[in-house]
Amino acid sequence: MLRRALLPVRALVATFLVGAIPVMAAGANPLTAYYLMAAGSLGDMIAITEVFVRAAPLMMTGLAIAVAFRAKFWNIGAEGQLYAGAILGTLVAVNFPELPFWIHIPFMIVAGMIGGALCALPGILKIKLKVGDVVTTLMLNFIMVIFTSYLVQNVLKDPFTRWPQSPPITESATYPILIPFTRFHLGIVIALFFALVVGYGLIEYTALGYEIKAVGSNEIASRLAGINPTALTIKTAIISGSFAGLAGIGEVAGIRHHLIATLSPVPIGYGLTGVVIAVMSGLSPLWVVVVAFLFSIIINGSQTMSRLTGVPIFLGEIFQGLALGFSLLFLFLDQYRIRRVR
Amino acid sequence: MSEKIVEMKSITKKFPNILANDHIDLQLRKGEVCALLGENGAGKSTLMKILYGLYHADEGQILIRGQAANIDSPKDAIASGIGMVHQHFALDDKLTAVENLILGTKQARILLDMKGAKKEVIDLSKKFGLEVDPDSKVYQLSEGMKQRIEILKTLLRGAQILIFDEPTAVLTPLETRDLFKTIRALVSQGHAIVFISHHLEEVLSISDRIVVLRNGKVVGEKRAEETNEAELAQMMVGREIEEVSRLKGRKAAQPVLEISGLCALNDKKLEAVKNVSLSVRKGEIVSVAGVSGNGQKELTEVILGMRKATSGKVVINGKDVTNKSTKTIIQQKLGCIAEDRIGWGLLMDLPIAENLILGLHRSSKLSTKTPVANFLKTQEIKQYTQQLLTRFDIRGTDVSAPVKLLSGGNLQKIILARVLSQEPEILLASQPTRGLDVGATEYVHKLLLELRDKGIGVLLVSEDLEEILTLSDTIAVMFRGEIVGTLSAESATSEQLGLMMAGIKQPEGTKQ
Amino acid sequence: MMQAELISFGFIIAMAAASIRIATSLMYATLGEMLTERSGILNLGIEGLMILGAMTAFITTYATHSLELGVIATILVGVAEGLIMSLVYGRIGTNQHVWGVAFTIANFGLAYFVYRLYFGGTAGSLSIITPYAPVRIPILADIPILGPILFEQYAYTYVAIILFVVFAIVFKYTIWGLIITVVGDNPAVADTAGISVYRTRYVAVTLGAIFMALGGSFLSIAQFNAFLFEIVAGRGWIAIALVTIGNWKPMRCLFAAIFFGFIDALQLRLQALGISEITLAGTAVTIPFQLFLALPYVLTILFLLIASRRADYPTALLTPYRREE
Repeated sequence: MLRRALLPVRALVATFLVGAIPVMAAGANPLTAYYLMAAGSLGDMIAITEVFVRAAPLMMTGLAIAVAFRAKFWNIGAEGQLYAGAILGTLVAVNFPELPFWIHIPFMIVAGMIGGALCALPGILKIKLKVGDVVTTLMLNFIMVIFTSYLVQNVLKDPFTRWPQSPPITESATYPILIPFTRFHLGIVIALFFALVVGYGLIEYTALGYEIKAVGSNEIASRLAGINPTALTIKTAIISGSFAGLAGIGEVAGIRHHLIATLSPVPIGYGLTGVVIAVMSGLSPLWVVVVAFLFSIIINGSQTMSRLTGVPIFLGEIFQGLALGFSLLFLFLDQYRIRRVR
Repeated sequence: MSEKIVEMKSITKKFPNILANDHIDLQLRKGEVCALLGENGAGKSTLMKILYGLYHADEGQILIRGQAANIDSPKDAIASGIGMVHQHFALDDKLTAVENLILGTKQARILLDMKGAKKEVIDLSKKFGLEVDPDSKVYQLSEGMKQRIEILKTLLRGAQILIFDEPTAVLTPLETRDLFKTIRALVSQGHAIVFISHHLEEVLSISDRIVVLRNGKVVGEKRAEETNEAELAQMMVGREIEEVSRLKGRKAAQPVLEISGLCALNDKKLEAVKNVSLSVRKGEIVSVAGVSGNGQKELTEVILGMRKATSGKVVINGKDVTNKSTKTIIQQKLGCIAEDRIGWGLLMDLPIAENLILGLHRSSKLSTKTPVANFLKTQEIKQYTQQLLTRFDIRGTDVSAPVKLLSGGNLQKIILARVLSQEPEILLASQPTRGLDVGATEYVHKLLLELRDKGIGVLLVSEDLEEILTLSDTIAVMFRGEIVGTLSAESATSEQLGLMMAGIKQPEGTKQ
Repeated sequence: MMQAELISFGFIIAMAAASIRIATSLMYATLGEMLTERSGILNLGIEGLMILGAMTAFITTYATHSLELGVIATILVGVAEGLIMSLVYGRIGTNQHVWGVAFTIANFGLAYFVYRLYFGGTAGSLSIITPYAPVRIPILADIPILGPILFEQYAYTYVAIILFVVFAIVFKYTIWGLIITVVGDNPAVADTAGISVYRTRYVAVTLGAIFMALGGSFLSIAQFNAFLFEIVAGRGWIAIALVTIGNWKPMRCLFAAIFFGFIDALQLRLQALGISEITLAGTAVTIPFQLFLALPYVLTILFLLIASRRADYPTALLTPYRREE
């Protein structure tokens, strides 16, 4: 447990240390740059709410991948599942204007989760083929983005504008804003709920969560204890995909109010950043929330920092890569140390 | 007496729990087949691995052709003319025979001279009766063919001394005959052969000289024509096994596990289990005795539902579970202590508590069923697992500690704790005390006897004769996939068992 | 009326030539990954390496006005990254897919960072260079049909095809090919034969990285004349699939790359012609261009499903090697 807590801290420190090199190469003072990153995203109330806004999809994809990785289901496709969830959720959000919001919103959420889950299911190819989960989910990332782009220019096109977007979601499906004059929307609370309660509860307190951990740790032993690994993989794919799908519909219902093909940043979308977050959190749902906020601060603050120091905004992406690399490195070193000791 | 080519003097090798080789002297001569006979753990494999550079001896010296030799790795051994034909062939299945042979031989220049290599292979193979199609892909070949490639590999590297490690275990009788032809051809060309085996009949047939090892020491050396199976078996097994007095099990009438006519193939699609029939009754310990590699692994896998039975039945408590899912089988109250304890029994990344509840995590004792999910009862789990630690005397740790920090003996206890706490009606224990020290072994034996007294049926698979004689009510001996005999423990003698385990079938009178 | 143009002879030749041309960056990426995977390592950092190569080549060329220096710089970057990657994949060995993601993310950040640093945030104006031009090989290009298809390509393309042929020969006829294959199938066997598993993998990964970076550089200094942020467009990920589709054999991977180049070229052509409808057996079917965009990815999954039984993958792929002493 202590080791788990230390991992994000160690990785973060290492990232900041090594990350200072590009900053200095750009002719800026790392401490200034880091300070500005924090100041830029935490400077005032609105900025702070924006941190929450960005953290919501990050913690959902982070959670999705953390759960999947626990079962050794290598879900690199959270991006695709995010879009799949957004698509299915938007279909519901756009089409049932008569429903009262307390029915429409849950309905939409469920649709989003189903969309994400369906998109994750092809990953069970891992049962037959070694890289079955990785390549399939990865390919679906692209397929889903292209499909979304197709939909919003054709079948699901907004009749009122030229923008490639879907018709606006109905009032009854929009996540209400919880803090006036900000973009802090219901989806943020939903994300926190899912991460802190559902995710954590699942992993620590349910039999299914236990089975996910068991199969990820030792499939044969689990089989001998009466667990069916194939069934478990399917369940994991469904759960992971649905969490990512929730991130997708969250962006539509809370921020954009239309389905668009750019829900997720480029070049590194929420799906990939989710991998960074999941691994850096040691696959723990609670830490996923913390690390999601951390990266939200970094991503949001990068703009201010960049503007004021001249350091290119892409420092954020370099940080993500470094953070993931260091997390993996420290994980490896920990294992190695234990083996040496025994 | 022909010339000595290898002299191993006073070789000693210690492992953490065991003295594998205890001041062993061994000589190998040109043009001679020397057999190394002994049970598993007697030290024969270790000794040869030292000669081949895979292990380093703690004490002792090796002389090759009269010169002191420093063998630090297989490379050195190969350079000294020593070649080893392993039990598990070191071949790349996807390549052809000649491609496998080219690797590491003098043939290897940048541009592969396939024609030249093929010619050399064909010439060599004709010389020693090792015909094999150079262009055939290895995965398509029979075990006998693959072995030929292994042998050719050692010859291509210039081996004068060839070590064969249990070579006939995977061969058909016909292939064995061909192998012996090859060995005789090699011998006539002056090669020295070491033949490691536990198959008495074959050993007597092919060897010139037989060295018997037991418990790490040489207990006897005989010329083949001067000895017989009975004498060798006695040397292998020894007379030290005290008749341990134990309470006779109270056997109930009905069998809890019945296996009839079971057949199964191994991973190489060869017959590994041939028409095996066994039954275990409540309150009875039935042992399957035999050296590893005679089908026991496949047998246990079939019982557990991890391998397909090609024919026959497995019935637990009257219910036919042949070829059903492992989940179904476990539900019939079958518990299992696997041979690969850690690999099959522990969740190394997780804490002790989570290891202890594996299999019970959905029971009503430890979880609450709700329409949303099965929630684990954390308090009950903590209590329950803590109790288990106490009951099984695992000290100095807490249920939330990671399991991988425990010692080997304690890991075994965790597995026992978990399996037994599920109150199985039939327990399958496979090599349960392998690698354990004396204290831990005694502990496990005590436990197994307790279970038997409580009315649980135990199927014990073991190669440790002492253990088998101590614990069993009934002993079935397995050799090359078949049950060669079933005895009641009271009337069994270690010589009989030794002979049966070495493949010598017993006369009808002793069969139950 | 557009239909007639579709099946004109000139069209087919132009398409064939375009397929090969457009497939060039894929060729390099696929070759690099094939080599790497044959030695048993899965490198998911292709996309990142390609963007880094694209950026490096472009900026070097821009700064020095020398395309050749651009290529050299790319190779050097490939070597540097390759060495780091081979250390990680070879010595650490676990979690290869996640490391690949880490490399990709870091390289994307690095590539964009350096580009932005060099050119500043000048919005609107895109820096360009004079790219490589296709090289017409004199006599051979006059051969009817084959001439214009094969012999009016970029130097990059010729080199790529030659490399594929070279590696096909290496794998079939040389000891090096055998060594790489055994290391990828069964490192233990290689070890007992005295082959250094680590060294073989270092070479494979580093060479692979050089090729991947070169594949990216082709985009920015040959196929296009600028460094656009979306220039790689997922080719790196497709290369992973192409290696599987090509069953880890050089010539098949080459054809797989060319086939996907064809899909790309077809999609571009259809878009340029404004075609969105095709008449199939009398009924007009609307085929959105997005279908072609998605086709490579869809085909990958389909092929994986089909090939999951026959996939000839290096048996030790993804298994880190530790010599048990």
